[in-house]
Amino acid sequence: MFEKIWRASLAPLIAAASAIIISSIALIISGNDPVEAFREMWKTIDSTQSVVIILNVSVPYYIAGVAAAVGFKMNLFNIGTNGQYLLAALIAGWAGAEVSLPPLLHVPFVILVAIVVGGTWALIAGILNVTRNVNVVVSTIMLNYIAIGVSAFLLAEFFRDEETGGLVANTKLMPESARLPALNPIFEFFGFDFPPNVELFGFLPIAILVGVVYYVLLNRSLFGYELKLSGLNPAAALAAGVNPKKMVLITLFLSGAVAGMIGLPFLLSDPSFLKYGDAFPTMIGFTGLGLALLGRNHPVGIAAAAIVWATIERATQRLGPIGIPPEIGKILQGSFLLSAVIAYEVVRRRNDAAAVAAAAAATQHERPPPSEPSPIGVPS
Amino acid sequence: MTATIDAQPVGSSGRPSVLASTRFRVLVIVLLGFAVMSAARIIADNPDLTSSGTFGVGLRTAAPIALAGLAGLVAERSGTVNIGIEGMMVMGTIFAGWWGWEYGPWMALLGGIVGGILGGLLMSLATTTFGVNHIVAGVAINLIAPGVARFIASELFLDAQGGSVTTSPGNKGSIGAFTVPFLSGGDLFGWQSPDILGWLEDTGWFVIADAAGLAKGLTTAVTWDVVITIGLFFGVAYLLWHMRLGLRLRFAGERPSAADSLGVSVHTMRYIGMAMSGAFAGMGGAVLVLFSNRYQENQVAGRGFLGLATMIFGNWMPAGTAMGAGLFGYAQGITLRTNPGDLVRTLLLAAAIALILLVVWMLVQQSYAPAGTVAVFAAVTLWAYLAAESPNNQLVFITPYVVTLIAVSIGAQRLRPPAEEGIPWFKGMQ
Repeated sequence: MFEKIWRASLAPLIAAASAIIISSIALIISGNDPVEAFREMWKTIDSTQSVVIILNVSVPYYIAGVAAAVGFKMNLFNIGTNGQYLLAALIAGWAGAEVSLPPLLHVPFVILVAIVVGGTWALIAGILNVTRNVNVVVSTIMLNYIAIGVSAFLLAEFFRDEETGGLVANTKLMPESARLPALNPIFEFFGFDFPPNVELFGFLPIAILVGVVYYVLLNRSLFGYELKLSGLNPAAALAAGVNPKKMVLITLFLSGAVAGMIGLPFLLSDPSFLKYGDAFPTMIGFTGLGLALLGRNHPVGIAAAAIVWATIERATQRLGPIGIPPEIGKILQGSFLLSAVIAYEVVRRRNDAAAVAAAAAATQHERPPPSEPSPIGVPS
Repeated sequence: MTATIDAQPVGSSGRPSVLASTRFRVLVIVLLGFAVMSAARIIADNPDLTSSGTFGVGLRTAAPIALAGLAGLVAERSGTVNIGIEGMMVMGTIFAGWWGWEYGPWMALLGGIVGGILGGLLMSLATTTFGVNHIVAGVAINLIAPGVARFIASELFLDAQGGSVTTSPGNKGSIGAFTVPFLSGGDLFGWQSPDILGWLEDTGWFVIADAAGLAKGLTTAVTWDVVITIGLFFGVAYLLWHMRLGLRLRFAGERPSAADSLGVSVHTMRYIGMAMSGAFAGMGGAVLVLFSNRYQENQVAGRGFLGLATMIFGNWMPAGTAMGAGLFGYAQGITLRTNPGDLVRTLLLAAAIALILLVVWMLVQQSYAPAGTVAVFAAVTLWAYLAAESPNNQLVFITPYVVTLIAVSIGAQRLRPPAEEGIPWFKGMQ
């Protein structure tokens, strides 16, 4: 057990160390004191308020990470989660504000609309792939920008709330019945004190549920088995009777469906939004791609990555007043991601080579195992 | 991923014929498209659709897209799928904004190239040396570059006069422009030469005036960075198909193991390809900085991805990439004209005419089912032309992406990417 955790966390630890080193170098070059910067960052996150804010921010990141991971698991690179969630949030926000339903039905209705819109949009890429052999990376990138344009067009022409005038366009505010209450009372029941004006948004349990469903589907279902098989070895999957076209369609629909939920925490539970509009965050899908890479497509890993991401964002917020550029947070995130990606690859190749060598040694007693070519491009 | 060998030139079934060649067909399509534009211009009485001004702006907006496409071309030809062009362009804009502010426009161009090369080499370190999946590395570059840019901007521009975290203070001077004498009335040693194309354009004759508008647009007040961009296309085409280095670059993308067995260092080639790719992408960023005369955050706005689309649209060939960039640049350029709504409307008419012609052609070819689909599109477009008072700019924004998606869907079987692009390669691999 410990061995397993140690193995899984070795590469992220190396990446974190190199991210801190790279950021420190950047700080020193720009004439700042890294020790002071990191001390201030720690001071900022060391409060209940910060923890709640970090959790709130990490929820949409987490969903975005899971959405990307569903595709990554099958080597299907759904780069278009950004467009999928923007379109889904717009239509779900509009539909949610238009209908009146009892509270117990209203929230599921909004979620359903978002899932269907996001999934359908991603499915276009799937259909183009299986019928016209169009590369998924290419089509999802194109569909990304088409979705951004279409949602801006729909918002301006049809879904805009006429009562909010001026230059800002947004949909109508979500009715009371479509809002998820804050989770504060539950925690207060257990004797946990919240500072005033701090809310733990009500979407968190749904995000956890998404992670659980993802895990169960992936590890405890036939679909999950076929998905992983298709990703690891398409030829073996085909030989085992997995229909690759069906897998592409289902996987992209699921990836898009989860992506459709990225905007829901804002629509359903963030009091400063509760509507889709010009101010809606637009880049979470892209961030989610990075988080899926960081978390190695594992629900817990993605959750950890999302929390790290949100923590860095929160930690750097108060650096400005003491004269350190808060943008160092972006350097931290970026260098962490790139080092992690490289570290994972190096560790994976080492492990693969070791596993192959061990298997060869176990099966071929009479002959010495063939020497493996060095995987890192260095002549052995 | 198994490498398929379908290297037969398109349209070379049986005896090669001039009429059946791709080049001829493309030429016919371009000429027909141009005639359709001219007809739409006359019917809608909107001379600005094919005026030299519109084409001039189109050329200016096409240049960064074209450079991004060129960046994709050299990267993929040498075997790396470069999703990170967008990030490299961002690196180009920040360096160009910095050097342009400190040293002037020519250094801005150089700075953009340097910034882009840094991005390209960083990505190549991950993909070539460490064998990271190319899409993964590209995604990482795209996430990192805006952060680096913001950090540099906050360090450099925040305290400067007229600068902020999101904008540079502005370039020192502009790069200058060039007008061709005799054709478009350029100066020749202080003497104003006649403006023949301008006169032809003013006549308003069918096709001729439009062609003159195009030619004048491409030869009037062209800034030097755009002139260099056009030159680079010829340079890259010559490099890839007429020079030893180009052959080796393509070798690394098509058959790395064969290249290795013949003594070509695949890793060196892929590094060179990515450095060149970064240089072009970064220069694309610099062209954007020179256009708006300063660095602005989010200035790249998806042009890297658009460039990638352009390259796929152009079937991994320089000429096709240039044509795609021209098309998409024109679509972006018209949003910068004084009456973009009218232009879009006229363009819708042109699209409707083109689609109707396509339906007729398909009916002649007796392919009735696709003709029906296209007829629906034609009807929708015609309806949009008749119904829309002033169409939303967003519809223009998505046009290039829709066109690429359609082109890729129709031509995916004919498109031929380098055989082993996107596959990490190490010595000893098959």
